[in-house]
Amino acid sequence: MLGYILRRCAMLIPVILGVVFIVFALMYVTPGDPARMVLGEQAPQVDVDNLRAEMGLNDPFLLQFGRYVYKAVVHADIGRSYITKRPVWNELMTAFPVTLKLSALAMGIALLVGIPCGIVTAVRQYSIFDNIVTLFALIGISMPVFWLGLLLILLFTVKLGWLPPSGFDSVQAMIMPAVTLGLQSVAIITRMTRSSMLEVVRQDYIRTARSKGQKESVVIWKHALPNALVPVVTIAGIQFGILLGGAVLTEIIFSIPGLGRLMVSSIEMRDYPMVQGGVLFIALAFCLVNLGVDLLYAWLDPRIKSQYS
Amino acid sequence: MQTKKNSLWGQVFARLKKNRMAMIGLCILFGLLATALLADIIAPFPFDEQDLFATLEGPSKLHWFGTDEFGRDILSRIIHGSRISLQVGFVAVGFSVMVGGFIGAVAGYYGGRTDNILMRLMDILLSIPQLLLAISVAASLGPGLLNLMLAVGIAAIPQYARLVRASVLSIRDQEFVEAAVSVGSSDLRIIFRHILPNCMAPIIVQATLGVAFAILTAAGLSFIGLGLEPPTPEWGAMLSGGREFIRDYPYMTIFPGMAIMITILGLNFLGDGLRDALDPKLRN
Repeated sequence: MLGYILRRCAMLIPVILGVVFIVFALMYVTPGDPARMVLGEQAPQVDVDNLRAEMGLNDPFLLQFGRYVYKAVVHADIGRSYITKRPVWNELMTAFPVTLKLSALAMGIALLVGIPCGIVTAVRQYSIFDNIVTLFALIGISMPVFWLGLLLILLFTVKLGWLPPSGFDSVQAMIMPAVTLGLQSVAIITRMTRSSMLEVVRQDYIRTARSKGQKESVVIWKHALPNALVPVVTIAGIQFGILLGGAVLTEIIFSIPGLGRLMVSSIEMRDYPMVQGGVLFIALAFCLVNLGVDLLYAWLDPRIKSQYS
Repeated sequence: MQTKKNSLWGQVFARLKKNRMAMIGLCILFGLLATALLADIIAPFPFDEQDLFATLEGPSKLHWFGTDEFGRDILSRIIHGSRISLQVGFVAVGFSVMVGGFIGAVAGYYGGRTDNILMRLMDILLSIPQLLLAISVAASLGPGLLNLMLAVGIAAIPQYARLVRASVLSIRDQEFVEAAVSVGSSDLRIIFRHILPNCMAPIIVQATLGVAFAILTAAGLSFIGLGLEPPTPEWGAMLSGGREFIRDYPYMTIFPGMAIMITILGLNFLGDGLRDALDPKLRN
């Protein structure tokens, strides 16, 4: 198992290098001059040219890329923001906890609502509750996050005046963003739990448990659920990774100073080091979450565990 | 002789017809296609016609969905917006299916080092969350319909590459492929003529759901200002424009959002129905 973990971690290195290369290439071809953005539209061309040289923007692409990788690997330095002049790492460390908190809250809602709904709909398949939840799950998956956010603001801020329309500094302020970001995951986890439970309850060992006279609640909670949750854990982990990268729209709607919003504003300002560092950071987090999911999956399912031990 | 009814796709359609949700999805999709095709005829006003004496009017007999801050009819803009959304959805997915499908087919068919190199490249793209990748590509390409389609399409390539590769791997060693090799068919002919047509089922399901995701992503990009520019009637951009008026004129956000949701819902109904209809476990 340890060998497998080390192998997976080693495989991250070329992937992350590839991500840096892609983002570097994308920023390289992006129209607009960062030096002009820093100095403003009125700045004389001479100053802009000097700043471009100072920033190393006139160097060939591969040289810029090599310099970035060298600094990142040898000096653990992923650059400074063109706009705030602060180290990119510090900026990311300020924004990331906010995104992490938002994603964790959204995931918490998704698990707390999605798993029970999935279980009940599977146990009472084709009941009215099943039909209603299935329909709501489909609506949840189909609802644009940014529209849901606006509708919640319209209802709970404009009409009822219960919740603040923006920010993330109080429990009240966290409710709408977490629900907005989490609704799609609620729907996905409900559907996954339902189909996984339906598959498990048809298996022979469940029939055996029932034929032995076990109570239905024991059959469901003790025998069926632990096995049904294995694929749900995988989906939940993958969803968590997606939430980390997909929180951008929610952060923009509710003016939350998270990583996604930082990325979009950095793209608008042509703040290349911030964008490169940000995408690199999110990709790394995404890969680590996926690695964690694989390991958790192997830990939960002895059949997979045996392949690596 | 196989009659149409007994062919695979005949059976699939027969099963699909029994699925009420899938039929609703199909009706929604056909309705949208008709709306997009006939937009010039059925829209009560041109999408960019401004009436500065009728700005920010609520829903009325003349303007069913009200007017925006420039006095443009929201219903007409939503009707014309269906063209943009469907175009983005289908073209972006068509692009990612073609490119991703080709990469996946080549990787799966040749295997070995080719497979390793291509799939590691796909792993790199997959390690960037899809929305973030679409945002980065859209930012580097600049605004515009074609760029929006490309941004959304590029971000989805790895999914199709993986899907097609897995399908190709599962059938590449079957006897009919061996037979094609033994009669001297070229690799390209074998891939496109013999292997890919047999991988269509999962691709069609994924593509149907992919169109929904592409429309959502494109609307999201326009919402944050990285998609289409005004006065193009894109649903996401309309939502974004209505955001600042949400307190007093909520209809400006409600109707475009509803259009997006109904479209996505219809495609999801259809995609789910197709998946059930094509699922081998459910076949006779």
